[in-house]
Amino acid sequence: MCLGIPGQVVEFLEVSDQLARVDVSGVGRIVNIGLLEDVDLAVGDWVLIHVGFAMSKIDEDEAALALASLQLMGRAFDEELEAFWSSRITNEAGGR
Amino acid sequence: MRFVDEYRDPAAARALVSQITELAGDDHFKFMEVCGGHTHTIYRHGIEHVLPPSVELVHGPGCPVCVIPMGRIDDAIAVAETRDVVFTSFGDMMRVPGGEGNLLQAKARGADVRFVYSPLDALRIAVESPDRDVVFFAVGFETTAPSTALTLLQAREHNVTNFSVFCNHVTIVPPIKAILESPDLRLDGFLGPGHVSTVVGQRPYRFVPAQYGKPLVTAGFEPLDILQAIAMLLVQIREGRCDVENQSPRVVKEDGNPRALRLLAEVFELRPHFEWRGLGFISQSALKLRPEFAAHDAELRYSVPGVRVADPKACQCGEVLKGVIKPWECKVFGTACTPETPIGTCMVSSEGACAAYYNFGRLHREAAVALGRPV
Ligand code: SF4
Repeated sequence: MCLGIPGQVVEFLEVSDQLARVDVSGVGRIVNIGLLEDVDLAVGDWVLIHVGFAMSKIDEDEAALALASLQLMGRAFDEELEAFWSSRITNEAGGR
Repeated sequence: MRFVDEYRDPAAARALVSQITELAGDDHFKFMEVCGGHTHTIYRHGIEHVLPPSVELVHGPGCPVCVIPMGRIDDAIAVAETRDVVFTSFGDMMRVPGGEGNLLQAKARGADVRFVYSPLDALRIAVESPDRDVVFFAVGFETTAPSTALTLLQAREHNVTNFSVFCNHVTIVPPIKAILESPDLRLDGFLGPGHVSTVVGQRPYRFVPAQYGKPLVTAGFEPLDILQAIAMLLVQIREGRCDVENQSPRVVKEDGNPRALRLLAEVFELRPHFEWRGLGFISQSALKLRPEFAAHDAELRYSVPGVRVADPKACQCGEVLKGVIKPWECKVFGTACTPETPIGTCMVSSEGACAAYYNFGRLHREAAVALGRPV
Protein backbone atom coordinates (compact mmCIF):
# COMPACT_ATOMS: atom_id res chain seq x y z
CA MET A 1 0.00 0.00 0.00
CA CYS A 2 3.00 2.30 0.18
CA LEU A 3 3.72 2.42 -3.50
CA GLY A 4 2.82 5.34 -5.72
CA ILE A 5 1.74 4.27 -9.19
CA PRO A 6 2.10 6.70 -12.10
CA GLY A 7 -1.02 7.26 -14.18
CA GLN A 8 -1.98 9.63 -16.98
CA VAL A 9 -5.06 11.82 -16.72
CA VAL A 10 -7.50 10.90 -19.48
CA GLU A 11 -10.61 12.82 -18.52
CA PHE A 12 -12.04 14.92 -15.72
CA LEU A 13 -15.31 13.72 -14.27
CA GLU A 14 -18.02 15.25 -12.16
CA VAL A 15 -16.62 18.27 -10.36
CA SER A 16 -18.05 18.02 -6.86
CA ASP A 17 -16.33 14.78 -5.95
CA GLN A 18 -13.13 15.77 -7.72
CA LEU A 19 -12.67 12.67 -9.78
CA ALA A 20 -10.63 11.98 -12.88
CA ARG A 21 -10.18 8.97 -15.09
CA VAL A 22 -6.54 7.93 -15.34
CA ASP A 23 -4.77 5.36 -17.40
CA VAL A 24 -2.31 3.05 -15.64
CA SER A 25 -0.44 0.65 -17.90
CA GLY A 26 -3.31 0.65 -20.36
CA VAL A 27 -6.08 0.18 -17.81
CA GLY A 28 -8.44 3.01 -16.97
CA ARG A 29 -9.65 3.65 -13.43
CA ILE A 30 -11.17 6.57 -11.59
CA VAL A 31 -9.14 8.35 -8.92
CA ASN A 32 -9.73 11.32 -6.67
CA ILE A 33 -7.77 14.47 -7.49
CA GLY A 34 -8.90 16.52 -4.51
CA LEU A 35 -5.40 16.63 -3.03
CA LEU A 36 -4.17 18.46 -6.13
CA GLU A 37 -6.73 21.24 -5.93
CA ASP A 38 -3.97 23.87 -5.82
CA VAL A 39 -2.19 22.34 -8.80
CA ASP A 40 -2.82 23.03 -12.49
CA LEU A 41 -3.86 19.70 -13.87
CA ALA A 42 -4.73 19.01 -17.51
CA VAL A 43 -5.69 15.99 -19.55
CA GLY A 44 -2.46 14.23 -20.55
CA ASP A 45 -0.66 15.13 -17.30
CA TRP A 46 0.94 12.41 -15.18
CA VAL A 47 0.18 11.91 -11.51
CA LEU A 48 1.44 9.60 -8.78
CA ILE A 49 -1.50 7.60 -7.41
CA HIS A 50 -1.68 6.29 -3.87
CA VAL A 51 -4.71 4.43 -2.45
CA GLY A 52 -7.03 5.91 -5.07
CA PHE A 53 -5.85 9.51 -4.75
CA ALA A 54 -3.55 11.50 -7.00
CA MET A 55 -0.72 12.56 -4.64
CA SER A 56 1.44 14.69 -6.87
CA LYS A 57 1.81 15.81 -10.44
CA ILE A 58 4.94 14.45 -12.07
CA ASP A 59 6.44 14.90 -15.52
CA GLU A 60 6.50 12.26 -18.19
CA ASP A 61 10.13 11.30 -17.56
CA GLU A 62 9.52 10.81 -13.88
CA ALA A 63 6.47 8.72 -14.66
CA ALA A 64 8.50 6.49 -16.97
CA LEU A 65 11.25 6.15 -14.35
CA ALA A 66 8.79 5.40 -11.60
CA LEU A 67 7.07 2.77 -13.71
CA ALA A 68 10.37 1.15 -14.68
CA SER A 69 11.50 0.89 -11.08
CA LEU A 70 8.10 -0.39 -9.95
CA GLN A 71 8.25 -3.11 -12.58
CA LEU A 72 11.53 -4.23 -11.06
CA MET A 73 9.85 -4.64 -7.70
CA GLY A 74 8.14 -7.76 -8.99
CA ARG A 75 5.50 -9.16 -6.70
CA ALA A 76 4.98 -6.02 -4.63
CA PHE A 77 4.09 -4.08 -7.77
CA ASP A 78 1.90 -6.84 -9.19
CA GLU A 79 -0.08 -6.89 -5.98
CA GLU A 80 -0.43 -3.12 -5.97
CA LEU A 81 -1.62 -3.14 -9.60
CA GLU A 82 -4.11 -5.90 -8.90
CA ALA A 83 -5.40 -3.92 -5.95
CA PHE A 84 -5.65 -0.82 -8.13
CA TRP A 85 -7.57 -2.71 -10.79
CA SER A 86 -9.97 -4.03 -8.17
CA SER A 87 -10.88 -0.47 -7.25
CA ARG A 88 -14.41 0.57 -8.09
CA ILE A 89 -14.41 4.26 -7.31
CA THR A 90 -17.15 5.81 -9.44
CA ASN A 91 -18.69 9.20 -9.86
CA GLU A 92 -21.91 8.03 -8.20
CA ALA A 93 -20.26 7.65 -4.80
CA GLY A 94 -22.74 10.03 -3.20
CA GLY A 95 -25.46 8.82 -0.88
CA ARG A 96 -28.97 8.35 -2.10
CA MET B 1 24.63 -8.75 -16.23
CA ARG B 2 21.02 -8.34 -15.26
CA PHE B 3 21.64 -6.06 -12.33
CA VAL B 4 23.79 -3.59 -14.18
CA ASP B 5 20.90 -3.02 -16.55
CA GLU B 6 18.62 -2.65 -13.60
CA TYR B 7 20.69 0.23 -12.35
CA ARG B 8 19.50 1.99 -15.50
CA ASP B 9 22.65 4.03 -15.66
CA PRO B 10 25.42 1.74 -14.44
CA ALA B 11 28.10 4.33 -15.13
CA ALA B 12 26.34 6.84 -12.90
CA ALA B 13 25.92 4.16 -10.23
CA ARG B 14 29.63 3.33 -10.34
CA ALA B 15 30.57 7.00 -10.21
CA LEU B 16 28.37 7.54 -7.16
CA VAL B 17 29.74 4.48 -5.42
CA SER B 18 33.31 5.65 -5.92
CA GLN B 19 32.40 9.17 -4.77
CA ILE B 20 30.82 7.66 -1.65
CA THR B 21 33.87 5.44 -1.06
CA GLU B 22 36.21 8.39 -1.37
CA LEU B 23 34.14 10.67 0.86
CA ALA B 24 33.80 8.03 3.54
CA GLY B 25 37.53 7.29 3.55
CA ASP B 26 38.61 5.33 6.58
CA ASP B 27 35.75 6.45 8.79
CA HIS B 28 32.60 4.46 9.46
CA PHE B 29 29.18 5.93 8.83
CA LYS B 30 25.78 4.68 9.84
CA PHE B 31 22.77 6.18 8.06
CA MET B 32 19.16 5.30 8.70
CA GLU B 33 16.62 5.07 5.90
CA VAL B 34 13.37 5.96 7.58
CA CYS B 35 11.02 4.75 4.88
CA GLY B 36 9.95 1.19 4.11
CA GLY B 37 9.94 1.99 0.40
CA HIS B 38 13.64 2.77 0.63
CA THR B 39 14.29 -0.44 2.53
CA HIS B 40 12.61 -2.33 -0.27
CA THR B 41 14.72 -0.63 -2.96
CA ILE B 42 17.90 -1.14 -0.95
CA TYR B 43 17.37 -4.89 -0.71
CA ARG B 44 15.83 -5.26 -4.14
CA HIS B 45 18.87 -3.67 -5.75
CA GLY B 46 21.51 -4.96 -3.41
CA ILE B 47 22.56 -1.44 -2.50
CA GLU B 48 24.13 -2.47 0.80
CA HIS B 49 26.53 -4.63 -1.11
CA VAL B 50 27.58 -2.04 -3.64
CA LEU B 51 28.38 0.40 -0.84
CA PRO B 52 31.82 0.36 0.71
CA PRO B 53 31.97 -1.40 4.11
CA SER B 54 32.57 2.03 5.64
CA VAL B 55 28.96 3.03 4.92
CA GLU B 56 26.27 1.10 6.73
CA LEU B 57 22.53 1.49 6.21
CA VAL B 58 20.13 0.73 9.02
CA HIS B 59 16.40 0.42 8.56
CA GLY B 60 13.98 2.68 10.29
CA PRO B 61 10.38 2.63 11.46
CA GLY B 62 8.79 3.96 8.26
CA CYS B 63 6.65 0.99 7.29
CA PRO B 64 3.15 1.81 8.55
CA VAL B 65 2.07 -1.82 8.55
CA CYS B 66 5.07 -2.78 10.68
CA VAL B 67 4.46 -0.33 13.49
CA ILE B 68 0.85 -1.18 14.36
CA PRO B 69 0.94 -2.90 17.78
CA MET B 70 -0.70 -6.25 18.51
CA GLY B 71 -3.42 -4.70 20.67
CA ARG B 72 -4.73 -2.54 17.84
CA ILE B 73 -5.08 -5.61 15.62
CA ASP B 74 -7.14 -7.26 18.35
CA ASP B 75 -9.28 -4.10 18.48
CA ALA B 76 -9.72 -4.30 14.71
CA ILE B 77 -10.79 -7.92 14.99
CA ALA B 78 -13.28 -7.06 17.73
CA VAL B 79 -14.85 -4.41 15.48
CA ALA B 80 -14.84 -6.80 12.52
CA GLU B 81 -16.67 -9.42 14.57
CA THR B 82 -19.40 -6.99 15.60
CA ARG B 83 -22.83 -7.79 14.15
CA ASP B 84 -23.68 -6.20 10.79
CA VAL B 85 -20.18 -4.81 10.36
CA VAL B 86 -18.33 -4.98 7.06
CA PHE B 87 -14.69 -4.45 7.99
CA THR B 88 -12.55 -3.10 5.16
CA SER B 89 -8.77 -3.01 5.12
CA PHE B 90 -5.77 -2.64 2.85
CA GLY B 91 -4.51 -6.09 1.85
CA ASP B 92 -1.23 -5.56 3.73
CA MET B 93 -2.99 -5.46 7.09
CA MET B 94 -4.83 -8.75 6.70
CA ARG B 95 -1.98 -10.98 7.82
CA VAL B 96 -0.57 -8.78 10.57
CA PRO B 97 -0.69 -10.88 13.72
CA GLY B 98 -2.43 -9.63 16.84
CA GLY B 99 -2.71 -11.42 20.15
CA GLU B 100 -5.89 -13.11 18.88
CA GLY B 101 -4.73 -14.04 15.38
CA ASN B 102 -5.13 -11.91 12.28
CA LEU B 103 -7.96 -10.47 10.21
CA LEU B 104 -7.85 -13.31 7.69
CA GLN B 105 -8.50 -15.76 10.52
CA ALA B 106 -11.37 -13.59 11.74
CA LYS B 107 -12.75 -13.73 8.20
CA ALA B 108 -12.43 -17.52 8.19
CA ARG B 109 -14.42 -17.57 11.46
CA GLY B 110 -17.22 -15.73 9.69
CA ALA B 111 -16.49 -12.01 10.06
CA ASP B 112 -17.20 -9.96 6.93
CA VAL B 113 -13.67 -8.69 6.30
CA ARG B 114 -13.00 -7.28 2.85
CA PHE B 115 -9.91 -6.05 1.19
CA VAL B 116 -10.09 -2.60 -0.43
CA TYR B 117 -7.62 -0.61 -2.47
CA SER B 118 -8.82 2.78 -1.31
CA PRO B 119 -10.86 4.30 1.52
CA LEU B 120 -13.16 5.50 -1.26
CA ASP B 121 -13.86 1.86 -2.11
CA ALA B 122 -14.90 1.35 1.50
CA LEU B 123 -17.17 4.38 1.30
CA ARG B 124 -18.70 3.00 -1.85
CA ILE B 125 -19.49 -0.30 -0.13
CA ALA B 126 -21.25 1.71 2.59
CA VAL B 127 -23.33 3.56 0.01
CA GLU B 128 -24.27 0.30 -1.68
CA SER B 129 -25.15 -1.55 1.51
CA PRO B 130 -27.20 0.85 3.63
CA ASP B 131 -28.23 -1.96 6.02
CA ARG B 132 -24.63 -2.75 6.96
CA ASP B 133 -22.09 -0.77 8.98
CA VAL B 134 -18.92 -0.33 7.02
CA VAL B 135 -15.69 0.32 8.90
CA PHE B 136 -12.42 1.30 7.23
CA PHE B 137 -9.18 0.27 8.95
CA ALA B 138 -7.09 3.40 8.38
CA VAL B 139 -3.32 2.97 8.64
CA GLY B 140 -0.41 4.90 7.23
CA PHE B 141 1.69 8.01 7.64
CA GLU B 142 0.97 11.49 6.31
CA THR B 143 1.09 9.98 2.82
CA THR B 144 -2.15 8.10 3.39
CA ALA B 145 -3.92 10.15 6.05
CA PRO B 146 -5.08 12.93 3.66
CA SER B 147 -6.91 10.28 1.60
CA THR B 148 -8.77 9.15 4.70
CA ALA B 149 -9.51 12.80 5.51
CA LEU B 150 -11.04 13.49 2.08
CA THR B 151 -13.06 10.28 2.29
CA LEU B 152 -14.45 11.31 5.68
CA LEU B 153 -15.39 14.72 4.33
CA GLN B 154 -17.24 13.04 1.48
CA ALA B 155 -18.99 10.68 3.86
CA ARG B 156 -20.16 13.66 5.87
CA GLU B 157 -21.16 15.68 2.84
CA HIS B 158 -23.23 12.83 1.40
CA ASN B 159 -24.49 11.87 4.84
CA VAL B 160 -23.30 8.27 4.63
CA THR B 161 -24.09 7.45 8.25
CA ASN B 162 -23.16 3.76 8.03
CA PHE B 163 -19.50 4.54 7.37
CA SER B 164 -16.84 4.89 10.03
CA VAL B 165 -13.06 4.85 10.29
CA PHE B 166 -10.90 2.93 12.77
CA CYS B 167 -8.08 5.43 12.77
CA ASN B 168 -4.48 4.27 13.19
CA HIS B 169 -2.73 6.98 11.25
CA VAL B 170 0.70 7.84 12.56
CA THR B 171 3.05 10.76 12.01
CA ILE B 172 6.61 10.56 10.83
CA VAL B 173 8.46 13.06 13.01
CA PRO B 174 7.92 11.65 16.55
CA PRO B 175 9.44 8.21 15.83
CA ILE B 176 12.49 9.90 14.28
CA LYS B 177 12.80 11.89 17.49
CA ALA B 178 12.36 8.74 19.58
CA ILE B 179 15.15 7.06 17.65
CA LEU B 180 17.42 10.06 18.06
CA GLU B 181 16.77 9.90 21.80
CA SER B 182 17.42 6.17 21.94
CA PRO B 183 20.70 5.29 23.58
CA ASP B 184 21.26 2.04 21.65
CA LEU B 185 21.92 3.70 18.37
CA ARG B 186 24.62 5.95 17.03
CA LEU B 187 23.55 7.41 13.70
CA ASP B 188 25.37 9.82 11.43
CA GLY B 189 22.41 10.93 9.37
CA PHE B 190 19.07 10.09 7.80
CA LEU B 191 17.65 9.33 4.41
CA GLY B 192 14.31 11.11 4.66
CA PRO B 193 11.14 9.47 3.40
CA GLY B 194 10.12 10.34 -0.15
CA HIS B 195 6.33 10.01 -0.37
CA VAL B 196 5.59 11.28 3.12
CA SER B 197 7.62 14.35 2.31
CA THR B 198 5.51 15.16 -0.74
CA VAL B 199 2.83 15.89 1.86
CA VAL B 200 4.74 17.30 4.85
CA GLY B 201 7.56 18.98 2.90
CA GLN B 202 11.06 19.57 4.23
CA ARG B 203 10.30 21.86 7.13
CA PRO B 204 9.29 19.30 9.80
CA TYR B 205 12.73 17.69 9.62
CA ARG B 206 14.67 20.81 10.53
CA PHE B 207 14.88 19.73 14.16
CA VAL B 208 17.10 16.82 13.13
CA PRO B 209 20.09 19.05 12.27
CA ALA B 210 19.02 21.88 14.58
CA GLN B 211 18.57 19.89 17.79
CA TYR B 212 20.47 16.70 17.18
CA GLY B 213 23.20 17.83 14.81
CA LYS B 214 22.49 15.15 12.21
CA PRO B 215 22.04 15.77 8.47
CA LEU B 216 18.93 14.56 6.67
CA VAL B 217 18.42 14.19 2.92
CA THR B 218 14.99 13.33 1.53
CA ALA B 219 15.35 10.96 -1.40
CA GLY B 220 13.41 9.40 -4.25
CA PHE B 221 12.91 5.65 -4.63
CA GLU B 222 15.27 4.77 -7.45
CA PRO B 223 18.52 3.04 -6.55
CA LEU B 224 20.38 6.00 -8.02
CA ASP B 225 18.35 8.41 -5.88
CA ILE B 226 19.43 6.53 -2.78
CA LEU B 227 23.09 6.44 -3.78
CA GLN B 228 22.97 10.14 -4.56
CA ALA B 229 21.34 10.95 -1.23
CA ILE B 230 24.06 9.00 0.60
CA ALA B 231 26.70 10.99 -1.28
CA MET B 232 24.89 14.22 -0.32
CA LEU B 233 24.93 13.22 3.36
CA LEU B 234 28.66 12.53 3.21
CA VAL B 235 29.38 15.81 1.39
CA GLN B 236 27.58 17.69 4.16
CA ILE B 237 29.55 15.89 6.83
CA ARG B 238 32.86 16.45 5.07
CA GLU B 239 32.10 20.12 4.54
CA GLY B 240 31.22 20.44 8.20
CA ARG B 241 27.61 21.27 7.35
CA CYS B 242 24.47 19.80 8.80
CA ASP B 243 21.23 20.58 6.98
CA VAL B 244 17.99 19.24 5.62
CA GLU B 245 18.55 18.71 1.91
CA ASN B 246 16.33 17.47 -0.86
CA GLN B 247 17.59 14.96 -3.37
CA SER B 248 14.38 15.06 -5.43
CA PRO B 249 13.25 18.71 -5.51
CA ARG B 250 10.92 18.10 -8.42
CA VAL B 251 8.85 15.71 -6.35
CA VAL B 252 9.31 16.98 -2.80
CA LYS B 253 8.53 20.67 -2.29
CA GLU B 254 9.79 22.73 0.62
CA ASP B 255 6.24 23.23 1.91
CA GLY B 256 4.90 19.83 0.93
CA ASN B 257 1.27 19.77 -0.17
CA PRO B 258 -0.51 22.62 1.69
CA ARG B 259 -3.94 21.38 0.63
CA ALA B 260 -3.26 17.93 2.11
CA LEU B 261 -1.91 19.50 5.31
CA ARG B 262 -5.03 21.65 5.63
CA LEU B 263 -7.19 18.55 5.25
CA LEU B 264 -5.24 16.76 7.97
CA ALA B 265 -5.74 19.69 10.33
CA GLU B 266 -9.44 19.84 9.50
CA VAL B 267 -10.21 16.18 10.13
CA PHE B 268 -7.64 14.91 12.64
CA GLU B 269 -6.09 15.89 15.93
CA LEU B 270 -3.05 14.44 17.68
CA ARG B 271 -3.50 11.65 20.18
CA PRO B 272 -1.73 12.32 23.46
CA HIS B 273 0.17 9.07 22.97
CA PHE B 274 0.12 5.98 20.78
CA GLU B 275 1.87 2.66 21.06
CA TRP B 276 4.25 1.71 18.26
CA ARG B 277 5.23 -1.87 17.78
CA GLY B 278 8.73 -2.26 19.11
CA LEU B 279 9.14 1.42 19.97
CA GLY B 280 6.64 1.59 22.83
CA PHE B 281 4.46 4.61 23.56
CA ILE B 282 5.41 7.79 21.74
CA SER B 283 3.62 10.97 22.67
CA GLN B 284 1.73 12.95 20.02
CA SER B 285 2.71 10.44 17.37
CA ALA B 286 -0.66 9.44 15.98
CA LEU B 287 -3.91 10.94 14.71
CA LYS B 288 -7.50 10.51 15.76
CA LEU B 289 -10.68 11.99 14.38
CA ARG B 290 -11.73 15.41 15.60
CA PRO B 291 -14.91 15.50 17.72
CA GLU B 292 -16.82 16.92 14.72
CA PHE B 293 -16.37 13.51 13.10
CA ALA B 294 -17.43 11.50 16.15
CA ALA B 295 -20.31 9.96 14.19
CA HIS B 296 -17.76 8.40 11.85
CA ASP B 297 -15.29 7.34 14.53
CA ALA B 298 -15.26 3.54 14.92
CA GLU B 299 -13.47 3.82 18.26
CA LEU B 300 -16.52 5.63 19.64
CA ARG B 301 -19.11 3.54 17.80
CA TYR B 302 -17.85 0.12 18.81
CA SER B 303 -16.53 -1.27 22.00
CA VAL B 304 -12.91 -2.22 21.47
CA PRO B 305 -10.88 -4.09 24.10
CA GLY B 306 -8.11 -1.48 23.93
CA VAL B 307 -5.79 -3.85 25.71
CA ARG B 308 -2.05 -3.61 25.35
CA VAL B 309 -0.62 -6.94 24.17
CA ALA B 310 3.08 -7.65 24.54
CA ASP B 311 4.90 -8.82 21.43
CA PRO B 312 5.76 -12.53 21.28
CA LYS B 313 8.98 -13.31 23.13
CA ALA B 314 10.75 -14.53 20.02
CA CYS B 315 9.93 -11.37 18.10
CA GLN B 316 12.68 -8.81 17.66
CA CYS B 317 10.77 -6.43 15.41
CA GLY B 318 11.43 -3.60 17.83
CA GLU B 319 15.16 -3.90 17.38
CA VAL B 320 14.72 -4.21 13.61
CA LEU B 321 12.48 -1.12 13.49
CA LYS B 322 15.02 0.87 15.45
CA GLY B 323 17.83 -0.39 13.27
CA VAL B 324 19.59 -2.02 16.22
CA ILE B 325 19.75 -5.41 14.55
CA LYS B 326 19.53 -6.53 10.91
CA PRO B 327 16.62 -8.77 9.95
CA TRP B 328 18.71 -11.91 9.68
CA GLU B 329 20.01 -11.41 13.19
CA CYS B 330 16.56 -12.13 14.61
CA LYS B 331 16.56 -15.66 16.01
CA VAL B 332 13.38 -16.71 14.22
CA PHE B 333 14.17 -15.04 10.87
CA GLY B 334 13.50 -17.39 7.97
CA THR B 335 12.78 -20.30 10.26
CA ALA B 336 9.72 -19.78 12.44
CA CYS B 337 9.10 -16.36 10.88
CA THR B 338 8.58 -16.24 7.10
CA PRO B 339 6.26 -14.19 4.85
CA GLU B 340 3.85 -17.18 4.86
CA THR B 341 3.88 -17.51 8.65
CA PRO B 342 4.91 -14.11 9.99
CA ILE B 343 5.55 -13.82 13.72
CA GLY B 344 6.35 -10.14 13.52
CA THR B 345 5.00 -7.35 11.35
CA CYS B 346 8.30 -6.67 9.57
CA MET B 347 7.77 -9.97 7.75
CA VAL B 348 4.25 -9.13 6.57
CA SER B 349 4.42 -6.11 4.34
CA SER B 350 6.70 -6.29 1.32
CA GLU B 351 8.11 -3.02 2.62
CA GLY B 352 8.97 -4.50 5.98
CA ALA B 353 12.71 -4.95 6.43
CA CYS B 354 12.45 -8.67 7.20
CA ALA B 355 10.21 -9.47 4.21
CA ALA B 356 12.38 -7.36 1.92
CA TYR B 357 15.49 -9.14 3.09
CA TYR B 358 13.79 -12.54 2.96
CA ASN B 359 12.69 -11.95 -0.63
CA PHE B 360 15.75 -10.22 -1.98
CA GLY B 361 18.68 -10.82 0.34
CA ARG B 362 20.21 -13.37 -1.94
CA LEU B 363 20.38 -10.75 -4.70
CA HIS B 364 23.03 -8.79 -2.82
CA ARG B 365 25.90 -10.88 -3.98
CA GLU B 366 24.77 -10.89 -7.62
CA ALA B 367 24.31 -7.14 -7.62
CA ALA B 368 27.72 -6.58 -6.15
CA VAL B 369 29.35 -8.87 -8.68
CA ALA B 370 27.48 -7.22 -11.54
CA LEU B 371 28.73 -3.83 -10.44
CA GLY B 372 32.26 -5.14 -10.34
CA ARG B 373 32.72 -5.03 -6.58
CA PRO B 374 34.32 -7.91 -4.77
CA VAL B 375 32.05 -9.33 -2.09
S1 SF4 C 1 12.17 -12.16 11.67
FE1 SF4 C 1 10.02 -11.97 12.22
S2 SF4 C 1 9.96 -11.80 14.45
FE2 SF4 C 1 12.09 -11.45 13.81
S3 SF4 C 1 12.23 -9.22 13.64
FE3 SF4 C 1 11.68 -9.98 11.61
S4 SF4 C 1 9.43 -9.92 11.52
FE4 SF4 C 1 10.05 -9.70 13.70
